[in-house]
Amino acid sequence: MANGNNGPVNGHRQRKNKPPRYSAFSLFRHGLSHSDWPRVWRTHPLKQSYDVVIIGGGIHGLATAYYLATNHGIRDVAVLDKGYLGGGGSGRNTAILRSNYLTPEGVRFYDRSLQLYQHLAADLNFNVMFSQRGHLTLAHNDSSLRTMRWRAEVNKLQGVDSEVIDPTEIKKLVPFLDTSENVRYPILGALYHPPGGIIRHDAVVWGYARAADANGVHLHQNTEVTGIDTRGGRVTGVQTSRGRISTRVVVNCTAGWSTLISDMAGVDMPVTTSPLQAAVTEPVRPFLDTVVVSGTLHVYVSQTDRGELVFGASVDPFTSYSMRGSLEFAEGLAGHVLELMPAISKMRLLRQWAGLCDMTPDYSPIMGPTPVEGFYVDVGWGTYGFKAGPVSGEAMAACIAHQRPPKIIDAFGLDRFTSGQLVGEKGAAAVGH
Amino acid sequence: MIQLPCPWCGPRNATEFHHRGEVTPRPEVASVTPEEWRRYLYFRRNACDWVEESWYHAAGCRRFFKVRRHTSTNEIVQAGRVQ
Ligand SMILES: Cc1cc2nc3c(=O)[nH]c(=O)nc-3n(C[C@H](O)[C@H](O)[C@H](O)COP(=O)(O)OP(=O)(O)OC[C@H]3O[C@@H](n4cnc5c(N)ncnc54)[C@H](O)[C@@H]3O)c2cc1C
Ligand SMILES: [Zn+2]
Repeated sequence: MANGNNGPVNGHRQRKNKPPRYSAFSLFRHGLSHSDWPRVWRTHPLKQSYDVVIIGGGIHGLATAYYLATNHGIRDVAVLDKGYLGGGGSGRNTAILRSNYLTPEGVRFYDRSLQLYQHLAADLNFNVMFSQRGHLTLAHNDSSLRTMRWRAEVNKLQGVDSEVIDPTEIKKLVPFLDTSENVRYPILGALYHPPGGIIRHDAVVWGYARAADANGVHLHQNTEVTGIDTRGGRVTGVQTSRGRISTRVVVNCTAGWSTLISDMAGVDMPVTTSPLQAAVTEPVRPFLDTVVVSGTLHVYVSQTDRGELVFGASVDPFTSYSMRGSLEFAEGLAGHVLELMPAISKMRLLRQWAGLCDMTPDYSPIMGPTPVEGFYVDVGWGTYGFKAGPVSGEAMAACIAHQRPPKIIDAFGLDRFTSGQLVGEKGAAAVGH
Repeated sequence: MIQLPCPWCGPRNATEFHHRGEVTPRPEVASVTPEEWRRYLYFRRNACDWVEESWYHAAGCRRFFKVRRHTSTNEIVQAGRVQ
């Protein structure tokens, strides 16, 4: 790997407390006795000061806290969430992981995340159910086929397994896809990315929360941040619904709400908030063992371990902080899915929901320091930030510990929107999250 | 589905429109610095509040107009013509 950010920082790994193990035996014992399960993480009184305050208890905030404690020994850390842990995008996403992006900076970054995900279950002592079943992005026209060839070449140069395949090979991987030529959007080829797949998103959130807790981090749910105090251009504390906390380091990990938090510190953001919807069907027997994405049809589908089909699409057509689902979404989705897989027309949708996405102009994140000293951002996660949780936590922790961004997030600074050095990922992130 | 009051066509379903977004003043092209121009291009207030924004009636009269919308409820109170 060429990212220079593998393994221990400064050559020494801090001592790490492993949370207690789950085992088949304890499951059996609890099943027999019906005794209460121990709490997965503790609750603490809100202290009046912390070394680091992280706003947002999604995967990004929790991973940052975990790596601060375990990689850098910074344990006097609070994670504040106005609701419950994983109540934002981290509990609402469709859990697709991949690293076949378009820019070298993007590919290196997301690939480091995939590597961390590969041994996350062992690291956190928690089964995160990562299934690297392969990821297909379909091309229905020449221009998307061209973008896929481009992506495949960039990917290969960064050592990422990624190639363009033709309709016969696609049909072998996904027999239920309509690969005939007599449809409105015939399938011309696909970008195939074998290491891509899906994960159990809640388990990742709970696993990080549990491990952060075991390493001394305080997790405060139902604690809304209402203001950020600064003096002379530097952070001095945060105001919350449960009182004031003094601190010299605040990290904004609030995704869809991140503009509102940055506003409190007086930092302008190139971010807009849009809802993204998803839906799930009743469970059926396993028949789909890859993730299938179609940019042209604005739809993607995967089958969970329980057998449900999970569908997603592009963001809603206008910005909003509302998380209500819409009928247009369900209608459009069903029509497009059936163009791809006519055989599933009798399946029923069980649920649909929405989450908020913090969209940036170039479809890349915004990470690192801001003009206000001590105020850091880890935002701009749009529709694709779940897969980036581990690497972002690792990099933000290093950024805070060493007071400068590590190489792997060099390209993602807030200043790029004034200098003009954007990292355009739209071709790899607009529909396939 | 939310409906938008097009000042020329009356209320129509949101799917007929293209959301153009916040109304931001365009800097003077002759004197603007590249940094100011990029701020105009990229930075947004993204308020969770009443906002003034512009929409384009793509599947109708093909004209722009302004509305005031609350971005957490999507309630729309007034529309005005642009031009
Ligand atoms: C439907 C859908 C599908 C998606 N699919 C994928 C996918 O397949 N793959 C992928 O990689 N990504 C996907 N994403 C994107 C991904 O979910 C997000 O980018 C990611 O979860 C962001 O994580 P986060 O920790 O930064 O923020 P979040 O998980 O959104 O957490 C932010 C937290 O901040 C809290 N907060 C907000 N304001 C305050 C305040 N004032 N005080 C205290 N706390 C506050 C919120 O309560 C929330 O819990 C999808 C998103 C959606 C909505
Ligand atoms: Zn009109």
